[in-house]
Amino acid sequence: MKRALIAAAALLIAVGCEREQRRFHDSAARQPRERLVSLVPGPYTPDIRHPNPYEYNAFAISEGKRLFTWYNCVGCHANGGGGMGPPLMDSRWIYGSDPENIFATILEGRPNGMPSFRGKIPDYQVWQLVAYVQSLSGNVPKDAAGGRPDSMQAKKQEQSVPDLKPEKEPARHP
Amino acid sequence: MTTGLQSALEPAGVHAEKIGRLWDIFLAVSVVVYVLVLVFLLVALFRRRRESQSTERGAFTAVSVATGITVLTLFALLISSIFTGRGIASVTGDTVRIELTGRQWWWQADYDHPDRSKRFTTANELTIPVGMPVFIKLRSPDVIHSFWVPNLHGKQDLIPGHDGGIILKATRPGLYRGQCAEFCGLQHAKMALWVNAVAPADYARWVESQRQSSKIPSTPQQRQGQEVFMSSPCPLCHNIQGTNASGKTGPDLTHFGSRRSVAAAALPNRRDTLAKWIVDPQHIKPGAYMPAMPLHPRDLDALLTYMESLQ
Repeated sequence: MKRALIAAAALLIAVGCEREQRRFHDSAARQPRERLVSLVPGPYTPDIRHPNPYEYNAFAISEGKRLFTWYNCVGCHANGGGGMGPPLMDSRWIYGSDPENIFATILEGRPNGMPSFRGKIPDYQVWQLVAYVQSLSGNVPKDAAGGRPDSMQAKKQEQSVPDLKPEKEPARHP
Repeated sequence: MTTGLQSALEPAGVHAEKIGRLWDIFLAVSVVVYVLVLVFLLVALFRRRRESQSTERGAFTAVSVATGITVLTLFALLISSIFTGRGIASVTGDTVRIELTGRQWWWQADYDHPDRSKRFTTANELTIPVGMPVFIKLRSPDVIHSFWVPNLHGKQDLIPGHDGGIILKATRPGLYRGQCAEFCGLQHAKMALWVNAVAPADYARWVESQRQSSKIPSTPQQRQGQEVFMSSPCPLCHNIQGTNASGKTGPDLTHFGSRRSVAAAALPNRRDTLAKWIVDPQHIKPGAYMPAMPLHPRDLDALLTYMESLQ
């Protein structure tokens, strides 16, 4: 009887284990060419309304870190410290700090020099970049945050708070 | 030439010949020892038991003699191994200098030259002159790989943060296959490379053609193909010398049309295999860093024509 119970418990645990899915087959070219944005007064509300599927995902954050260099985001944003582009490790988000906002920033581009990467980077990689950009301000759990970089950091990874949610700063317009 | 392809038993280089000779010595000695041990074992198993035959003195002599012969044999093997090592290390020179960077999961080859304008970059396929020492500097920016072309030499690791080197010297012309010999991730099994040893005159000709900028598209379809290339995600990672595509994270494609393989020798370089690779690399090398790219068949056709024209 006891053996049967243990076996049943083991089976339940094995079946309940949700293995992380890695999507290899998404492509860049399926994104529509242009997207019309409605002109309404008030704060910016992006059309895409869903949270980052990779929020607090360690693999996604480390992939985002790799892509941040590979796609030359470091060319303008350095490692979060900024240069030609604004810093990404502070709490001032010109175009919004929600995942949808960062996603739209990367995809659409922004005035004053942020290029549009629509059609050049697959969607899943943009979300990985969004997850990494959010981690640059140190506001991801310690177990999801990437390794210690050699560059400037907002907050050391080991000082990240375990269950902190990202701050929701209202979008500011210049 | 498929017999002896990627075989350490078919040496085509100076180092592989020395290693091959050592292998022959070891094999001969091992076979003799093995046969002797088996013979003695069978004799011992089937010998009729005799009384008062096994004296203390007899056993001691037998064991000492056997141990003595073993020690002498091992010393002989050790000395032959030392001589082989010295022979390998004595090959010096760097008529050709290549910097080979092992990346997950392809090989970047930068042909070095004191004159910067004569340097060029290619990927996955090395061409070397026969009979001349080729110094290959081995480095890796990500994980440990290992360079192994058994027809030419043994294995040499590419260790991140610790640049290594290896010297190759081919003795006869031919096409030799190598592969990564240190597990390096999802596609370690498909990280192979080709080394083409050619006569020095052919090598000089190849080098001159590699130093040229990419061929300008001449037919309308090639031009259309270049348009497709430039407007796709391709330029983000790939470099084609002489165009706006100057990505440094993927293999250099300037002379891709003259290569014999695609994706680190995973596929032969033909129109159909290249199409398969471009449209869905994840189907062939799942986990590789090149994303899938579904293209309209007309665009894909033009792109293939352009890639073929990059001789």
